[in-house]
Amino acid sequence: MGKRELLSLAMPFLIVTLVALFLGFAAFNVIGNLQARGLTAGFGFLKEAAGFEIAETFPLPWLSADGGLRLKSYASESSYLLAFATGVANSLKVGLVGMVLATMLGVFVALVASSPRSPFHLVSKAYIHTSRNVPLLLQLMLWYVLLLAILPGVEESLRLGSVFLNNRGLFLPGPVLNSEGAFAFEIPELVFGGRNLRGGIALSPEFVAITWGLSLYTASFIAELLRAALVSLPQGQTEAAAALGLSPFQSFRFIALPQALRVAVPPLVSQYLNLFKNTSLAVAIGYPETVGVGGTIINQTGQALEVVALWMLVYLSFSLVASWVLNGWNARRHTREGR
Amino acid sequence: MPTSVSLFKLLVPLAGFFSVVSTPAFAQATLAKVKKQGYVMCGVTGDLAGFSATDAKGQVQGIDADLCRAVAAAVGVEARFKPLNATTRFTALQSGEVDVLTRNTTWSLSRDTKLAFDFPVVNYYDGQGFMVSKALKVTSAKGLDGASICVQSGTTTELNLTEYFKVNKMKFKPVVFANFNDANKAYAAGRCDAYTTDASGLAAIRSSLKVPGDHLILPEIISKEPLGPATRHGDNVWTDVVRWTFFALVTAEEKGLTKANVKSQATNADPEVQRLVGAQGTLGADMGLDKNWAVNAIAAVGNWAEIFDRHLGASTPLKIERGLNRLWNKGGLLYSPPFN
Repeated sequence: MGKRELLSLAMPFLIVTLVALFLGFAAFNVIGNLQARGLTAGFGFLKEAAGFEIAETFPLPWLSADGGLRLKSYASESSYLLAFATGVANSLKVGLVGMVLATMLGVFVALVASSPRSPFHLVSKAYIHTSRNVPLLLQLMLWYVLLLAILPGVEESLRLGSVFLNNRGLFLPGPVLNSEGAFAFEIPELVFGGRNLRGGIALSPEFVAITWGLSLYTASFIAELLRAALVSLPQGQTEAAAALGLSPFQSFRFIALPQALRVAVPPLVSQYLNLFKNTSLAVAIGYPETVGVGGTIINQTGQALEVVALWMLVYLSFSLVASWVLNGWNARRHTREGR
Repeated sequence: MPTSVSLFKLLVPLAGFFSVVSTPAFAQATLAKVKKQGYVMCGVTGDLAGFSATDAKGQVQGIDADLCRAVAAAVGVEARFKPLNATTRFTALQSGEVDVLTRNTTWSLSRDTKLAFDFPVVNYYDGQGFMVSKALKVTSAKGLDGASICVQSGTTTELNLTEYFKVNKMKFKPVVFANFNDANKAYAAGRCDAYTTDASGLAAIRSSLKVPGDHLILPEIISKEPLGPATRHGDNVWTDVVRWTFFALVTAEEKGLTKANVKSQATNADPEVQRLVGAQGTLGADMGLDKNWAVNAIAAVGNWAEIFDRHLGASTPLKIERGLNRLWNKGGLLYSPPFN
């Protein structure tokens, strides 16, 4: 074995060792510095009562006192851990709805943008370029401010029976999962002397602004990568499909789409990951997601290092799980199609 | 040999990383560090009118900014400002990124102990209040049952709010913003019925609204918010410098020393004034400062009344009454220990 081969074999080990040394050194310093400042590190504070209110809560499976899993909604008496979990659930809500919306919009725009004869061709091009080139944070703020400016106050609500639409959100009567984990039918009621609403199924302007803004932004990227995937197919494919007598729809559905998806799925996965990470920008428009709730916890407990570590853990693990599932699905599809 | 060259290239950035996470100089030494570097780095909000807000000329103005300038003048160095948000401020002080936090921070037990800070003095006695639009015809916080409330996150604001409503058996919906300006915009757009933060902050926000007269600050003050500078726990020499600089400004008000007349007080008949201005005694040297430390501080920013009137008083858009922030012998809480 030559010197060069030996080195190339040793290199990965050397790098791993150096990185491990570096991480160890950093951890050692962090612990040392915390102790020098008399700071208490650790996650014990998560068990303490949080004491603050969160606007949008969600019943989560939670370990109850008797050791069983029960659905539990956050209230101000709950622990910091449940507060944080509620923030994560709110992020996931935006992420999942956003993924579906962005995909639907993206596919639609990609089809319009890749057919030059469509009258909406220019519109879709303009949308793709504007949306991709204006910072997302500005777009979110624009949607939020626009929503608040367009929607009327509570006293001037657009009202249809028990359905209200105003600058506090959209309120619908419907089944709401209560804190005991049972569904209860709730009708929105006017409170605060008819100047505010409570109960029922509520969509807040914050939720709508972040979900809509994020979907619109991500959809422009999805549209571009789908269009690129469609364009990458050899012309012969569609010509062959036409020669076989397939209709344009059949040609798209059975010839173009399956081949385009093969190219499009990996970048699509990274767009979904971006979308989920970008939900953290909702902190600027008052939506109580992971970063917003975590910020309040830092303010009250001062455990910045721990909360930042939790933030990283949440985004990292969701991204890893999402990319694992989607890439797995893509790989299975390939084998099934017997490439 | 090519391989060893690439190995060397790899090691250089790694060595850089090591120097980044290495231990910062710490504890006890802030005064020496400040003198050596030639400036005091103060953590401020940068956007709260009256306390520390950047003006049209790019200068940070306000009572917190002036306290920082006074400390810098007492030490004989320049004042520099670093805008910090509510979440990053504590880490910035702990890590030594700023030398003192003059950022309207509430003094509380857990911050004093668990976060390992010291609060040398209280420079503003505040309390959390509510602001509403006059059109709501609400005149008391007790009438806010069922309201949506805009909150600027970052202190114990959310906790106080929740406890107040719980004690009074009322309900509310919070809309929480991490950033001061975002919360103001949402309130101005009618997203909430009420806005809650410290009463001084409410006055600042009201002055920035389109028609300030349309908004009412409710009489209830639901918490005690003693706002003051913060230093790192254990750095007593530096904490003393910050504490006594503030007391020098307060004593200057009590004894009638002003920005204009402080330089000609060496022959003042009052022995305490003589000690304060360094004409007698060794107070400056005892603190590790020049004997003119207090004169320099007062000459730089004026006495506490001058500072208050300039940034918060009746001649400013904020129009805050001094209330608890008067001198002790005028019905307030400002009380300086003696200079001897």
